[in-house]
Amino acid sequence: MKIYLKIWRQKSPKDKGRFEMYPLDGVSPEMSFLEMLDYLNKTLIKEGKEPVVFESDCREGICGTCGLYINGRPHGNLRKTTTCELYMREFADGETITVEPWRAGAFPVVKDLVVDRHAFEKIMQAGGFITVNAGAAPDANTIPIPRDSFDKAFEAATCIGCGACVAACKNASAMLFVAAKVSHLALLPQGKPEAARRAKAMVAKMDELGFGSCTNTGACEAECPKGISIANIARLNREFLKANLKE
Amino acid sequence: MNKLFASSIGRKLLVALSGMFLILFLVVHLSINLLLIFDDSGALFNKGAHFMATNPMVGVMEPLLAVGFVVHIMYATIVTIRNYRARPNGYLKNLPSANSSWESRNMFVLGGIILFFLILHLNHFFVKMKFTGDPLLTTVIIDGVAMKNSYLLVSSLFKENFWYSIGYMIWAVFLGFHLVHGFWSAFQTVGLNNEVWIQRLQNVSIIYATIIAAGFCIIPLYFIIFF
Amino acid sequence: MSILNSKIPSGPLADKWTNHKASLRLVSPANRKKLDIIVVGTGLSGSGAASTLGEMGYNVKVFCYQDSPRRAHSVAAQGGINAAKNYKNDGDSIFRLFYDMIKGGDFRAREANVYRAAEVSNLVIDHYTALGVPFARDYGGLLDNRSFGGVQVSRTFYAKGQTGQQCLLGGYSALIRQVQAGTVTMYPRREMLDLVVVDGRARGIITRNLITGEIESHSAHAVVLATGGYGTIYYLSTLAINSNGSAAWKAHKRGAFFANPSFIQIHPTSIPVLNNYQSKLTLMSESLRNDGRVWVPKKKGDTRNPNDIPEDERDYYLERRYPAFGNLVPRDVASRAAKERCDSGYGVGPTGLSVYLDFRDAIQKQGRKAIEDKYGNLFEMYEKITGESPYETPMRIYPAGHYTMGGLWVDYNLMTTIPGLFAIGESNFSDHGANRLGASSLMQCAGDGYFILPYTIANYLADFIHEPRLSTDLPEFKHAISEVQDRIQRLLSVNGKEPVSDFHKRLGKIMWDYCGMVRNEQGLIKAMELITDLEAEFWKNVKVPGRSTEMNQELEKAGRVADYFELAKLLCADALNRKESCGAHFREESQTETGEAKRDDENFSYVAVWEYKGGGKDPQLHKEPLTFENVKLQERSYQ
Repeated sequence: MKIYLKIWRQKSPKDKGRFEMYPLDGVSPEMSFLEMLDYLNKTLIKEGKEPVVFESDCREGICGTCGLYINGRPHGNLRKTTTCELYMREFADGETITVEPWRAGAFPVVKDLVVDRHAFEKIMQAGGFITVNAGAAPDANTIPIPRDSFDKAFEAATCIGCGACVAACKNASAMLFVAAKVSHLALLPQGKPEAARRAKAMVAKMDELGFGSCTNTGACEAECPKGISIANIARLNREFLKANLKE
Repeated sequence: MNKLFASSIGRKLLVALSGMFLILFLVVHLSINLLLIFDDSGALFNKGAHFMATNPMVGVMEPLLAVGFVVHIMYATIVTIRNYRARPNGYLKNLPSANSSWESRNMFVLGGIILFFLILHLNHFFVKMKFTGDPLLTTVIIDGVAMKNSYLLVSSLFKENFWYSIGYMIWAVFLGFHLVHGFWSAFQTVGLNNEVWIQRLQNVSIIYATIIAAGFCIIPLYFIIFF
Repeated sequence: MSILNSKIPSGPLADKWTNHKASLRLVSPANRKKLDIIVVGTGLSGSGAASTLGEMGYNVKVFCYQDSPRRAHSVAAQGGINAAKNYKNDGDSIFRLFYDMIKGGDFRAREANVYRAAEVSNLVIDHYTALGVPFARDYGGLLDNRSFGGVQVSRTFYAKGQTGQQCLLGGYSALIRQVQAGTVTMYPRREMLDLVVVDGRARGIITRNLITGEIESHSAHAVVLATGGYGTIYYLSTLAINSNGSAAWKAHKRGAFFANPSFIQIHPTSIPVLNNYQSKLTLMSESLRNDGRVWVPKKKGDTRNPNDIPEDERDYYLERRYPAFGNLVPRDVASRAAKERCDSGYGVGPTGLSVYLDFRDAIQKQGRKAIEDKYGNLFEMYEKITGESPYETPMRIYPAGHYTMGGLWVDYNLMTTIPGLFAIGESNFSDHGANRLGASSLMQCAGDGYFILPYTIANYLADFIHEPRLSTDLPEFKHAISEVQDRIQRLLSVNGKEPVSDFHKRLGKIMWDYCGMVRNEQGLIKAMELITDLEAEFWKNVKVPGRSTEMNQELEKAGRVADYFELAKLLCADALNRKESCGAHFREESQTETGEAKRDDENFSYVAVWEYKGGGKDPQLHKEPLTFENVKLQERSYQ
């Protein structure tokens, strides 16, 4: 099949950037979206042009590296799918496909389709952990965990940190990302002692980094490749309020 | 606590709490308004209006309500501006309809429209009833108590000004959309939500918004059809 | 005694580690912050070592090529992590775990190391649980275990099909806690391009900032490599697209010996190659073999829909050949059996290079819901890639390059032959012998990082508490930088026609064909010639666009592939040297009458350790003899 790619090209963070159109022939429906981009790049290299820079690593939907805004949606049109899990059979012959980087003030573009998600690191550093040193842990079966809260913690823990929630949110809010971590740890007995401090620290860092706030549109959940529920955001709000009311 | 309201969640908390307050107010307001259509003599509505005008509790609530509106509007504006700034460069191609509802993305626009009608509305009724008076606001005596004939003021407007009635209904529909998202969203923001209740609350949201929108629409419709 | 001193402590097996720990020297808390440690890689072992050393108070610098340490490829491990907890009361013990690993590794690993890995496994589970890793639990809220990878006890802890992700995120959280605390400095998006050796000791690394292209040097009192395996030498593998062997290879060229490089595990249950554009092979967890049955049609070239093939025309060849273990035979056995069926013409799918993994019977017996609970996410993943639902039609699977048992040679203290250079996790060779058992990689990586290296590195550092920080202005650093820059310029200036990935793919095919699941002398010799030719062609005709002073992914790839040519030759040399079959290394010349691997304990009971002698020169082989005092060498039979 032949497709037309409209791709954001930007040489450096300071460059203004622009869209460029690339017609691409010989695309197979069996290619993954990223393999299609590999193929485009090979073609560009052979033509003596600069390949399009995009990121990926595991290519099986778990590392969270890849993330492209494809035809107006993060990770493309399928639910619960990362970009690397998207296949060209989802597209029509002759289709024009618009490919953009994540857009958010807190995620500046590094080059072409690559953005800097360091803001997520900063949020995690602020409190996305349980304080325990290696060697200090009790036997793993010392504390039973009720199945219900365990299941919810697990669901929240599946976040891959790709940033699709921020990309999808009209407010470029990181609430689902923060909520997933706060929920994961607050729901486990091991994480409870620090729950209040964690919620406050992570939210404060998120605010400081220029993410928007949540207006409950649910776009994040709909676009999250792991389908993490916005019920976690309610839990974050609750944890955050509880923490503040203690003061 | 100061820190709380300086945080993004704290600001939204104010929007949500004031919103919940306004949600309650709408129920009271609609209940009184519905008296318009159950008694064409106007006695029932006038009694209701009189009660609202004279009851000391309501007197206390009135300024609170004003504060509620101000907080809701002010903080919604702050939140919206900050959220807008969080994405300085937008997408060339964006399909938000694939992942979220129109009303959830346009709460501020809806709120603006509602506010516009609200000002009109206040001008037509509240200001007249409370401050300036109006030739239609004669005094009537019901069950031996003298009170203003609010019914006459309200019903005349609906009976005589067709376009006002239409505008009123459109307003009610916009309000409904605002509430479809606003109702459950308020619960979500204050943290009263979870994996099970999220769907339930959203359903209640739709029911509540429909009742409010339909309730407010019925009144002008009633006057258009029957008078 | 050869120049290899494995420093295995004396005494009874079960007491070696305890006694050794007691004899290791310590560094006092006050001195630790004066000591710098570089950790390269942030997978389970790297993040574990870095966070633990940070907690102890050392000054740690951590490097990874990803934008975040949370993306290291440990994240993709699916099935589980072993520990000898015996929570299932089925007779498990440290010794049994040790024994299974030694036997699973086909008696080509060190007893003492393997025993220690089993010993610390329980601590790993405790630590991860405390860090909030959600290992599966039963309704009583206690931890659940499953049987995994060809062993007869249930000792595998798991988190659905994403155990690696959950463990890594736990490790990552501990790591960033130390970043916040200031003991660890994180350097993401850096690729290690050389090791700096000063006065015979590893004292620093040269990195390239992948965003700006800047070549940076970092000094330390010790360097820890936690850089994973080199499975992408096959181009198509289950590894991440950027996984590479360059850090280990650079260390090798600076004097670290490489052990058993040809021991590469081919994982039996990967989604097969579907087309010519494919960039990677996605693993379907081995746990699927607990409920799925592997088969091919009894008739050659049978193209019927698998659901239409009646029971008696199906060949459940693993159950047929290995009645005791059936579908649960170890990975190397399952892989070769699949290859044998496909090579004989019974393979299915458009390429004939796949076999069925069928859940029909399991769904009938346990119900769809139970299967969905266990494997839901894997089935989804399979369907996304292939467009077929495993609930309806059997999965198609084929072996794929997966895990490298070989790696940098290390002694009992996990130190390489370069003093001050340590290698942990998959990047070392130490614990898996010739074949790794399922769910023991996470266990070994985490064990190395949290509970072994932090002790042994102190023993080394104790000598240097008074040594000041090293300036990176030293000639050794300058020299290394200029070598790195020269090579980058060389890559950029070839300015040929062919993209890097084409060369990588061609190299991968050579390796897969001649140094993959089955090897023979003729093929290996031929492969070495082919690699030499391809390498020469690469340096004449590769096209690396762009500049060195910007983000340049083609340049990154080119450097890695250039290293792979050199490593590939070593791999073949090692495979050629080892004339026996053992574990994942199957030499056609050495098999039993039934086609099983035939070990030669008399001649090959050693670790093949290779010393780099300079470009163009043959590497020198050293042998570390393996002695077995606690287990009896036996034929590894799963029949």
